[in-house]
Amino acid sequence: MPFSLLKYGLRARHVSFRDIPPTPDLKRSYDVVIIGGGGHGLAAAYYLSNVHGIRNVAVLEKGYLAGGNTARNTTTIRSNYMTEESVRFYKEGVELFETMSRDLGFNVMFSQRGQLTLAHSEATLRSFHLRAEMGKHMGTRIEVVDVRTVKELCPHLNLDLGGQHEVMGGLWHADGGTARHDAVAWGYARHAGARGVEIHQRTEVTGFEHAGDRVTHIRTNRGTIAVGQVLQAVGGLNGQVAAMAGIRLPIRCFPLQAMVTQPLKPFLDILVSSANLHTYLVQSSRGEVVIGGGSDPYQLASTRSTLDQKEHLAEGALHLFPFLHKVKLLRQWAGITDMTPDYSPIMGASPLRNYWLDCGWGTWGFKATPVAGKRMAETIATGRVPDVLKPFDLRRFDSFALLNEMGATAASH
Amino acid sequence: MKLLTCPVNGPRNITEFQYLGPVRAASADQPEQLIEALFYAENPLGVMREWWRHTPSNTVLIAERHTVSDQIVATYLPTRKPA
Ligand SMILES: Cc1cc2nc3c(=O)[nH]c(=O)nc-3n(C[C@H](O)[C@H](O)[C@H](O)COP(=O)(O)OP(=O)(O)OC[C@H]3O[C@@H](n4cnc5c(N)ncnc54)[C@H](O)[C@@H]3O)c2cc1C
Repeated sequence: MPFSLLKYGLRARHVSFRDIPPTPDLKRSYDVVIIGGGGHGLAAAYYLSNVHGIRNVAVLEKGYLAGGNTARNTTTIRSNYMTEESVRFYKEGVELFETMSRDLGFNVMFSQRGQLTLAHSEATLRSFHLRAEMGKHMGTRIEVVDVRTVKELCPHLNLDLGGQHEVMGGLWHADGGTARHDAVAWGYARHAGARGVEIHQRTEVTGFEHAGDRVTHIRTNRGTIAVGQVLQAVGGLNGQVAAMAGIRLPIRCFPLQAMVTQPLKPFLDILVSSANLHTYLVQSSRGEVVIGGGSDPYQLASTRSTLDQKEHLAEGALHLFPFLHKVKLLRQWAGITDMTPDYSPIMGASPLRNYWLDCGWGTWGFKATPVAGKRMAETIATGRVPDVLKPFDLRRFDSFALLNEMGATAASH
Repeated sequence: MKLLTCPVNGPRNITEFQYLGPVRAASADQPEQLIEALFYAENPLGVMREWWRHTPSNTVLIAERHTVSDQIVATYLPTRKPA
């Protein structure tokens, strides 16, 4: 053990080290208030302060930093979506992850090991060809692979040849990966804090005051503040917070559940998901197998887990890797997701002139943390919505310009 | 096991039912309400009226359920709203 560490431990007066500044008193007013201290809100704070030089910014978080869906997700990062608009956006997201640890000087443990989605039917394979062509057209590394390649990529997988869930091929996305989710949030928070952004934990937004089509004040459990511009990024509660501001969003709440096993010797070095079984698995750097799947079947705004859904996840995992049958579960949990009708997020303007939306992230928003933060900050700083965000405008529902990503998001997150 | 009471068949495992979404305030018959009916579904933190189907008997029913506690307050046939 290094001697200096021992000495530090035995010394009476420690100089404590703090990445994220403590919560200060609220000021009377801010140029920008970000509601929600999840990954998205913190990334936006980072870009506003570090890139655009806007520092009179407060992030208001009702609980603790990144304690919402940012800490609950299963960390899949990928860009193998279906529509051109989505692939362009998520590809920029993956590229930002590639340099994130270096950019932030903070190890977010990004591991680009590739993601494999399995097809158990001809129909699924056909839809994979469509996604692969779209991905290639947009310059991502993605291809449809046969069973032999599946076996090479994932030697321990049960191919169930001739069985009910026979593996017929897969969609191999070499750019896919994972990162440590809370480190992403902490990295952004540290840099934003260093530039003067105030991060207010345990500060809940409870209401708004308007003048015409602008929000003038935000009410919180710690007092009321005046505000220039507002960014809303509150994860599972986006529908409710928007309603307080007088904005209706096409959002419904559904729980999404996941679980991890005890640590095992490394056997799975890619991310694997099955479209039919609604299950996906990834082995963490600690050896735990993270298992995720589809949403609960009906609307609910609760973070309680259900036995049904956990059994379903276990069933899928056991089908793909039967040797996991005696492995113990360590932890299991649920998060509330904000689902839109077309499985795509809502970003950009709202009916209020100084109120910006970054919501509808549902079950797939972790991978978008850097790109959403970067582009929303740009929107707020310049007052103009960049082209890459335009397709995600709230008004798309009024004009039936939906971006249907159901097939690309269902249970592979 | 979570139970839901079918007005025809009595209490059954909730896995026997299919969720069909909230009873919409808007009407799809009126063109100006179409977008509302299609995309802006109810999403309250509280009791919500919603359509369910008991799959084995094909009984379509209405349930009143609390969306935070997940408690089912009442179930009844759409034609027979209890007093
Ligand atoms: C089980 C699970 C697995 C997932 N897996 C993946 C995956 O593999 N890949 C992927 O890309 N995505 C995944 N997701 C989705 C992803 O986690 C979310 O889309 C993403 O974290 C959203 O980030 P956010 O910053 O917008 O929201 P959050 O991280 O939820 O942050 C919002 C914050 O707002 C705060 N807040 C709420 N109301 C108020 C208020 N009134 N005042 C102040 N603060 C408030 C909350 O406390 C919360 O901390 C998964 C989600 C779940 C639940």
